[in-house]
Amino acid sequence: MSGIIAQNTLDNSGLIKAPAGGGAWNFIKKLTASASGDLSFVDGTSDVVLDSTYKEYLFTFNNIHPATDDVLFSVNFSADTGSNYNVTKTTTYVYTEHGENDAGGAVNYNAGRDLAQSTGVQTLMSDVGADADQSLSGELFLFNPSSTTFVKHFISRNTSGIKNDYNLGTHVAGYANTTSAVDAVQFKMSSGNIDLGDICLYGLTT
Amino acid sequence: MTGIISDNVGRTSGLIKAASGGGGVWTKIKTLTASADATLDFVDGSDDVTLDSTYPIYLFKFINIHPATDGANFQFQGNASGGSGFNETITSTLFDAWSKEDGSNSSMAYNSNDLAQETVFQRLTDTGGNGNDECCSGYLQLFNPSDTTFVKHFISVANTYYSDDFTVQTFGAGYFNTTSAIDEIQFKFTSGNTDAGKIKLYGLGDS
Repeated sequence: MSGIIAQNTLDNSGLIKAPAGGGAWNFIKKLTASASGDLSFVDGTSDVVLDSTYKEYLFTFNNIHPATDDVLFSVNFSADTGSNYNVTKTTTYVYTEHGENDAGGAVNYNAGRDLAQSTGVQTLMSDVGADADQSLSGELFLFNPSSTTFVKHFISRNTSGIKNDYNLGTHVAGYANTTSAVDAVQFKMSSGNIDLGDICLYGLTT
Repeated sequence: MTGIISDNVGRTSGLIKAASGGGGVWTKIKTLTASADATLDFVDGSDDVTLDSTYPIYLFKFINIHPATDGANFQFQGNASGGSGFNETITSTLFDAWSKEDGSNSSMAYNSNDLAQETVFQRLTDTGGNGNDECCSGYLQLFNPSDTTFVKHFISVANTYYSDDFTVQTFGAGYFNTTSAIDEIQFKFTSGNTDAGKIKLYGLGDS
């Protein structure tokens, strides 16, 4: 982006008209996997904004394809600009499953995938398949990560074609139990690289 | 909003700096308004509809969808590029949470109207009422429909005024099990017309 009058971004009054209204999602950054060990969004690095500029952020996952079959796709948060991804989290994990052969068909809570004051990664999708046409897609909303008063809430929904040719849907929610600002977010597989796929970051103008 | 230079909205270069990041917002593509319609169709390249590689994510918002027939379910299907008929193979999951107006019944459960390699329509809602004030609303999100490598994922959430005075929230997820591009989406009820309501199509940019 360029322009002589650069400081009018997000202003909605004055001589120069700024973005239309409020409530719009603004594109911030796209990371494209290519045999990547992880995909990390760090505030202030590579044009990533993850601070008080926006009160709500959205990460979208488009056709995230693992190099290794039957792996977990996960997220973790950093409060030290990416030096460590180990913020304490408490979460819930609900999933639906249904086989292409009509097996299964269920909604369940998975106590093995939720976290209780854990600094480990939070699974967003399990059993991700590595067949050529398999991947996962979904989204994660992160609320007010720059707050230094409240914990940091997040909500994620995802769908995938997984090992054994099942559809798995996940509903994950929780909070990073810290009053420090969260300023970096990392996504990775439990084993092997992220072979292909895009993760985009958006900020909501309020 | 005020401003002398009002036509710079959305521009990312030039003398005047516009919205941060330029693209990436949900861009409204098309609104279809039902009026006793058997189907509501979004077809890429027709009637100002874009449903191709322009956007990696598409969002259909259905608002106050009112069935002509009591007890009908709102549903959708896709058509692959170059194909005919809304009959793509789908595998999906579906579950509901509900609560009755008189407080006598509330719970959640898996909904067996899921699909397993089937070419019929995928349900978005549970049984909708057709009373004057009854309808359903929600959204369907479609990921990367123009891709020719992977299956095409979707997720949905809807809330319905169930025909027996319940609120029912329905969560869907699944995929069109095809590596062909999906460039047409059709919505309809399991029985009868879509009497009223709007479906809005948006695209989310990634640059």
